Amino acid sequence: MTVRVQTGDFDISAEILQLRRGNPKIGAVACFIGLVRDINENATVAEMTLEHYPAMTQKALSGIVDEAKQRWDIMDILVVHRVGTLKPMDQIVLVVVASAHRGTAFAACEFIVDYLKTRAPFWKKEQTEKGACWVEARDSDDDAEQRWH
Amino acid sequence: MVNVVYFARLREALGLDSEEVALPQGVRDVASFTQWLRSRGKVWDSEFAPGKRVRVAVNLEMAEQTTNIAEGDEVAFFPPVTGG
Repeated sequence: MTVRVQTGDFDISAEILQLRRGNPKIGAVACFIGLVRDINENATVAEMTLEHYPAMTQKALSGIVDEAKQRWDIMDILVVHRVGTLKPMDQIVLVVVASAHRGTAFAACEFIVDYLKTRAPFWKKEQTEKGACWVEARDSDDDAEQRWH
Repeated sequence: MVNVVYFARLREALGLDSEEVALPQGVRDVASFTQWLRSRGKVWDSEFAPGKRVRVAVNLEMAEQTTNIAEGDEVAFFPPVTGG
């Protein structure tokens, strides 16, 4: 199980290959990639800055991964979240789950993303033509997290 | 002392990213600590007013209004998270 926070980009092929490491028991790999969009709340996004709470981030992400491991029979999990300045189309977050069967991999991957959205201490600030503004949390993200209770 | 940290929009509004404060008398949980911050007035009163969506973590764990705060703790205040 690996959790990383970094400013640099990630290469999903290399990350998935590393996660599998020739383990023949893995039958399914599910993967989620979050990207920077060029429009939000009807404003054109030129650039986005991701701030986090460094002391807490690793702990929060590891806690989410541990909870997924308790719920499903998982062989490996990777979470990579970027911080710093990003531009539209840049990759923000990667979640990869390896398991024996697809149902587990899909469910655990979605669970991790839903929990990350509401529990991991990251904040997005967008630079738009209307000025800089902090992204507001969405109620739909809370609803998505509630599904798993 | 209690180490208090602020993030994102809240950090900008308060103009402060962290501070060391002596635990005020009578303050023992998140609710009373927040009330004490409000008593500083002006932007503190408005940013921590009821209805403002402020999240709290105590010692790196998400906290509730009833979570205890004690000497040596780290208390973080921030808006709802927007990562992912």
